[in-house]
Amino acid sequence: MRAINEPIKTDVLIVGAGPVGLFAVFELGLLDMKAHLIDILDKPGGQCAELYPEKPIYDIPGVPYTTGHGLVDALMAQIKPFAATFHLGEMVETIERIGEPLFRVATDSGKLFEAKVLVIAAGGGSFQPKKPPIPGIEPYEGKSVFYAVRKMDAFRDKDLVIVGGGDSALDWTLNLQPIAKRLTLVHRRDDFRAAPDSVNKMRALVAQGAMDLKIGQVTALQGADGMLTGATLKGSDGALTTLACEAMLPFFGLTMKLGPVANWGLPLREGELIPVDTASFETDQPGIFAIGDINWYPGKLKLILSGFHEAALMSQKAYHYVFPGKRLVFQYTTSSTSLQKKLGVA
Amino acid sequence: MAKITYIDAAGVARAVDGEIGSTVMETAIKNGVPGIEAECGGACACSTCHVYVDEAWREKTGEPSPMEEDMLDFAFEVKPNSRLSCQIKVTEALDGLVVTTPERQA
Repeated sequence: MRAINEPIKTDVLIVGAGPVGLFAVFELGLLDMKAHLIDILDKPGGQCAELYPEKPIYDIPGVPYTTGHGLVDALMAQIKPFAATFHLGEMVETIERIGEPLFRVATDSGKLFEAKVLVIAAGGGSFQPKKPPIPGIEPYEGKSVFYAVRKMDAFRDKDLVIVGGGDSALDWTLNLQPIAKRLTLVHRRDDFRAAPDSVNKMRALVAQGAMDLKIGQVTALQGADGMLTGATLKGSDGALTTLACEAMLPFFGLTMKLGPVANWGLPLREGELIPVDTASFETDQPGIFAIGDINWYPGKLKLILSGFHEAALMSQKAYHYVFPGKRLVFQYTTSSTSLQKKLGVA
Repeated sequence: MAKITYIDAAGVARAVDGEIGSTVMETAIKNGVPGIEAECGGACACSTCHVYVDEAWREKTGEPSPMEEDMLDFAFEVKPNSRLSCQIKVTEALDGLVVTTPERQA
């Protein structure tokens, strides 16, 4: 058993489990390096999984057509032999150099890691909830306006307003309706993109008088000291009404923000990209690499295929940090029995 | 080419030439027009290229598709003339199009 706060030790820690972070597991694995991955999303795949799971991708070499979801599934199958460990729903907050190189990394949920090599494959940054532009919403955030449900009990016996029309909004409507004092679902139109089954259940609750559905947009909030008392609703006809509201859950999807990467002491280009050298995709700090959409070098293209190339070259350099003094023999998966053994096919 | 005018939330207008066949979003990005982010790169998978179509042009740009309506749920201050600019194709008929960008995309 690992004691509380005893760090998880790993050869390589990959920040970001998008396609490039996933492929890095493969390239590192062929060279015997073990990896852990951290991602703020609750699933691997990054933008491919979150932004365009069903959308087509035509420019993966040798794959004339796939989708975001298809590519992630294929990568997960490809890296399976290397048994990487995923830490999902977590965000890296701090990085501290404690050796040459050795890094101590802490996540927002208090997990600690010790890694010889750090690979930042964070794409456009971390996905964070979109905040609605309701004037004066900030003082309520974290007190009575929440962008995620951490503890359902926080909404017990409250006048709760949920805003949105997708699965998050509808799922939480169905889950919280039984414990809220009164639940009002607010959506800008009377069509929902959430699963039809959830929508039907919600409509049944409305028909029974067990909750309210309002069509419109929230334009103002009332309350004091961070605690909401009401919300102003602008209907599709422009009419303003006031809703009883002690807690609000707005679900407007996710947006990418660079997030804590900006505080890790790395120089940034245009405030958002990490410069790297193109021989190894290492940053100006030995042992910290940046691959995929988050890095910058002359001629950089934000393509998944470029990120794959970067992962391969990064692994060659990372090897020398993980196994100092050990000679690295370059091999092909087609002909090398030792690589094929690692892949479980020989 | 079709002339497209983007008016930002502060009222500043920028007129640029849009290539026929490209989109109103791509035209903005290519010409460095601020106010359109296009986080997903035009896959109709986010809502950060939200614009308001000038009333005079609404008929010609048409109505959003059901998929676009779904994505507009993620946009802020959605109005009847809201569209995602990645879903408006530049055509000869849109020469002179005027759109306004919202105060905030995300």
